[in-house]
Amino acid sequence: MMTFDQILFYALAVIAVLSAIMVITRRNPVHSALFLITTLFCVAGIYLQLHAEFLAAVQVIVYVGGIMVLFLFVIMLVNLETLSQERRFNRQWHIAILVSVVLLVEFGTIIWRGKAALQLPANQPLMDTLTTNNSEQLGVVLYQQYMLPFEIASFLLLVAIIGAVILAKRRLSSDGK
Amino acid sequence: MFNQYFQPNDILIIYPELLLALFAMGVMIIDLFLDRAWKVLNAFTALVGIAYAAYALYRLKSNALNLSGYNHAILNDSFAIYFQFVFLIATALVILISARYLSIEGENRGDYYALILLSLIGMNFMVMGIDLITLYIALELMAVSEYILVGYLRTNRQSNEAAMKFFLLGAFSSGILLYGISLLYGISGSTDLRVIAQRLAERPSHDPIALVAVVTLTAGLLFKIGGVPFHQWLPDAYEGAPSTITTFISVAPKAASFALILRIFIVGLKPLETSWVPVLSVVCVLTMTLGNITAISQSNIKRLLAYSSIAHAGYLLLGLIAGNEYGITGIAIYFLVYAFMNIGIWTLVVAMRRKDLIGDQIQDMAGMIYKNPGAAVLMLVFLLSLAGIPPTAGFIGKYYLFASVIQTHHYVLAVIAVLNAAISLYYYFRVVVVMFMSEKTDEEKMTLSPGVLTSLAVTLVFTLLIGIYPEPFIRFAQNSLSLFQ
Repeated sequence: MMTFDQILFYALAVIAVLSAIMVITRRNPVHSALFLITTLFCVAGIYLQLHAEFLAAVQVIVYVGGIMVLFLFVIMLVNLETLSQERRFNRQWHIAILVSVVLLVEFGTIIWRGKAALQLPANQPLMDTLTTNNSEQLGVVLYQQYMLPFEIASFLLLVAIIGAVILAKRRLSSDGK
Repeated sequence: MFNQYFQPNDILIIYPELLLALFAMGVMIIDLFLDRAWKVLNAFTALVGIAYAAYALYRLKSNALNLSGYNHAILNDSFAIYFQFVFLIATALVILISARYLSIEGENRGDYYALILLSLIGMNFMVMGIDLITLYIALELMAVSEYILVGYLRTNRQSNEAAMKFFLLGAFSSGILLYGISLLYGISGSTDLRVIAQRLAERPSHDPIALVAVVTLTAGLLFKIGGVPFHQWLPDAYEGAPSTITTFISVAPKAASFALILRIFIVGLKPLETSWVPVLSVVCVLTMTLGNITAISQSNIKRLLAYSSIAHAGYLLLGLIAGNEYGITGIAIYFLVYAFMNIGIWTLVVAMRRKDLIGDQIQDMAGMIYKNPGAAVLMLVFLLSLAGIPPTAGFIGKYYLFASVIQTHHYVLAVIAVLNAAISLYYYFRVVVVMFMSEKTDEEKMTLSPGVLTSLAVTLVFTLLIGIYPEPFIRFAQNSLSLFQ
């Protein structure tokens, strides 16, 4: 018998995966973007179930609120007419699906057989979610334990900005010629 | 009061990276004030930055050895220091040959050097990291810089296409790698490689989930070094990228990815050795054989060298399969040697680029001995070294790698590797035949810039020196054995 928590989890997970598939199969990019929003919402729901309320809120505000709006803006700027007539997949997609399904079944069975391994050790204390603040815990992890990767990520963003500038310049110069 | 956040040690250990970051941003700012004719100063700024970082690293070697920092995210052992020196040398040589090439392409800007320095920071953290999250972010910092640099020639379709392919496949492989990392975290509850090794050792030997984690992790990592069957991106990226960038990505990022693989497999996944050695053995044989056989039929020198670089990744895997002291020393010395010989040969390819000629067909080299005897002889030395013929440096590298698998009784692997080395002689000498035996097709001579000349001189001297008098370099490479501690 499944508990309510489990039912909720499976519902969210199934919706997330299904809409993720829809994201890559829809012809209209606006539809894809909307399905991506659904996926992100479901993931936020799963975060909530894990008692990561702050993370869930950030997920909704940053991804659904900020990044998806940017996505939609970009899609509006692209010429949708020609985009929807282009072929989405190349000729190898039959083989690709076959290989993916075989891999999925393999990984599925192997993980199912070893599922006991993923249980937490009995003596491991779960994070005390009731007494300490959720955002406080996240802050401690981010700025103490993983401070260096956090700082390296800022360099990653710098590189991404430089790359975007180079790409944008490209368009200007080729139009000018 | 800040003690719980970070310690003075932390800043000390990342001092070379801080300097590199400072100079990366400095290059971009100074670039704004430079006239078109003075853009070559950007290369100087970058070189000064690398020299500073090398000096800081040298100081760290005596001051802060085996210190770990940032809550055990990084470890400054002599393995990390050794590989960082290799990166600094390789990057400095690439910057030397870049200035002239970029001005011929009309893309001489500061952001090129900034991106190279930033990817160098990523590589440095890749060899220092002992925490999966740090390692992954550092890998991405290196990779994203590479994607941009491969597509750096804005008006060149081939360069754009190469960057797109590289980016898409790179992102895909990162996804697979992350899946493996998440499974490892799920099993062990930690991202620290040493804790992961402990937890894995406590588990039964043929644990199904650990197997999936190893397989996905291996697939993601093999992509980064271009191991068969994850090599398809490599020839396209090498051919389409600006030649100087091909020089760069064929040496430093490959060494960084290999160091990352060593750290993960020898430190983190050691308890699962019985499951990854067979997988890697198969990949190793395929990589060597396919790389060498496909290289035979190439008519483009960049593609030929790309396939040869796939084959070299196969030889390097021998050292990891052996996993003993000889193997690790072999990989370390091989990358030092590879940095010199490979950059040497690519420098010549870069130098063949002229205003009207790309110079990447093997036929473009016809009769080079009559036109540029010096360049032809240099090319011969580098090709001999790539093939592993004594007294060049390539022999020392191959000797260590082949000897390591013989020590661990992988005789079949050793035989296949030697056969492959023989195949590779054929296509390396095809280039030699065209250079020495064909009639010249045009009269135009190569013009060598001071940077290219310096780079050629350095690479030639070391390719011969390591081959003739290897002892000090082997002792230097044995620094990497701290991996086993």
